[in-house]
Amino acid sequence: MPDGAKPVLDVRGLQTVFRTRGGDVHAVNSVSFHLEPGELLGVVGESGSGKSVTMMSLIGLLPMPPAEIRGGQVMLGDMDILKVSPAQLREIRGKRIGFVFQDPMTSLNPVYTVGNQVMEPLLRHMGLNKTQARARAIELLELVGIPDAERRMKDYPHQFSGGMRQRVMIAIALACDPEVLIADEPTTALDVTIQAQIIELVKDLRSKLGMAIVWITHDLGVIAGIADRVVVMYGGQIVEQAPVGELFANPQHPYTRALLKTIPSVSGTREKRLRVIEGQPPILGAAPTACPFMPRCTEAFAVCHVENPQRRPLDDKRVGYGHDVACHWDAKTGGIA
Amino acid sequence: MLTFTLRRLMFAIPTLLFISLLIFLLVDLAPGSPMSQIPLTVPPEVRLKIMEAMGVNEPVMVRYLLWLKQFFVVEPLVLWDHWFSTEYSAGMQRIVSWQSRSPVMDIVVQRLPQTMTVIGTSYVLGVLIALPIGIYSAYRQYSWFDQLGTFIAMIGFSVPTFFTGLVLILVFAVNLHWFPSIYDTSLRVTDWASFMQQVKQMAMPVMVLALYNAAQISRYMRSSMLENLGQDYVRTARAKGLTERVVVLKHVVRNSMIPVVTVIALGIPSIFGGAIITEQVFRVNGLGALLIGAIQGSDLPTVQTLTFIFAVLIVLFNLIADILYGLLDPRIRYD
Repeated sequence: MPDGAKPVLDVRGLQTVFRTRGGDVHAVNSVSFHLEPGELLGVVGESGSGKSVTMMSLIGLLPMPPAEIRGGQVMLGDMDILKVSPAQLREIRGKRIGFVFQDPMTSLNPVYTVGNQVMEPLLRHMGLNKTQARARAIELLELVGIPDAERRMKDYPHQFSGGMRQRVMIAIALACDPEVLIADEPTTALDVTIQAQIIELVKDLRSKLGMAIVWITHDLGVIAGIADRVVVMYGGQIVEQAPVGELFANPQHPYTRALLKTIPSVSGTREKRLRVIEGQPPILGAAPTACPFMPRCTEAFAVCHVENPQRRPLDDKRVGYGHDVACHWDAKTGGIA
Repeated sequence: MLTFTLRRLMFAIPTLLFISLLIFLLVDLAPGSPMSQIPLTVPPEVRLKIMEAMGVNEPVMVRYLLWLKQFFVVEPLVLWDHWFSTEYSAGMQRIVSWQSRSPVMDIVVQRLPQTMTVIGTSYVLGVLIALPIGIYSAYRQYSWFDQLGTFIAMIGFSVPTFFTGLVLILVFAVNLHWFPSIYDTSLRVTDWASFMQQVKQMAMPVMVLALYNAAQISRYMRSSMLENLGQDYVRTARAKGLTERVVVLKHVVRNSMIPVVTVIALGIPSIFGGAIITEQVFRVNGLGALLIGAIQGSDLPTVQTLTFIFAVLIVLFNLIADILYGLLDPRIRYD
């Protein structure tokens, strides 16, 4: 894709806080990323790193309260969708931004037919009548590879397998031809062969329909297979961002490096135990003043205790457009950057 | 679904026969004699004759089988004759009340309208109040509306109806003279004035029972809604850009109604039986009052018959609850 094309989605300095009885939890800390037309952006990180919360908060799907967006901008085209009214946001949800969630078993309403649920966004946003919406829904189900779509419209979610339900979810998300598709760990709840099918399906749909995709996952293998660009999240912030080939060939952040090392290799000598990153991800009770990865980091300096590193570019491009990392450690020299 | 219904109805027959035997034996064990209402001046030999005429001295199994025959053969035939002007039941012995000497079923038919209008109205009203309150309280959990609803529900549920009834009588009948404290069964609604009079005399018993029913059902509805509001499919519905109204009223309410419908259906038999105390307090001459009077007078046939009718209703509404459950939830199939 052309470098410097106007991004479809541009998130700047997003900050989300959960207000709980035990105090505020800073789940998303000043996250910035953009999404170019037709691009597939992979977002990786372990559980609790703020991947899902980031995506949910940009479209107002978090329950508020307890969630609260403290700052930032989310530009969809020329509109800051953090500033629009709830009614305007509902016009965007499902129409310009589609969602696929993690667990297809519970994401569909058990008491309505699949046809009813696929037709819903069409009736809501596209101004179609029932007959037209029905015809379009059948088309969509065929598009996502559900055999005998016309008959299956009348079936309920429990009559579908997990993989088929996720296909239905994808059909719902794509119903109104969105510019952006956000897929929140869409293959995590599925077994491996079904995962592969869903990934193939998304690749195929992307080349057919050309929407931009944000793919959240904790599976680096999946990212390597489909993403154009990768964002690594840790402790509610982006720690590294690079094109996919660059990230796997030349990881800069100690966290990214450790993550890559945890992938068991199929060749070479077998290791006795699977590698893990020791320790737990942080729960941030306050806006971080130190590097959130510092307690688990093998390379930490004194400065890491007192200063949360900002993202710095590693090439001549702007932060977010080339390869950048948020770390005081310089992987090339081993010293402070 | 039809096979399921028929099968369940077949299974209900042995259940009901067993229940009828159990009730019969229990009622028989109860202390008190049908003679206790007869003046002491009646000589013993006359008493003996009365007892014989009632069949009290027969062995318990004989009396039970006779009652079965009367309930399942004679009474349906009487009904048939009444509807189609035939004469099949001529000369057959019906179930007769020991107190009033008239057939128990005739008394039931006389008393049923009072119970249905007063208690039935209160139940329908209670449900209609409870559902919106439950839905809104859950949607705005911990709001002042929810807190107030919880407080009123707690009062409605924990203060017994005979107490709220007496308080209402004291306030609205004795002090304010708004409503009559006694229900006039003989009132016929013919014009606007008599209709208003009927509304006035129904107001207090209906209020008392509606509060009690609404308190209970609104709590069930609230907790069922809360359980469903956090489900993933609700997030999916919101992600489609649906309005909150559609999200709640289409997606969440239908799922939340599944357990609540069961509670509502199972509560319907209590319209007939459970309002006994309220009927006493407000002097509503309904089935509950009939049962209390029959127990006090050791009127075994009436007690037996009424209790058994309540049992039939409970079994029937259990079945209806199951069928509704299957209609609301596509995951449940009975074939």
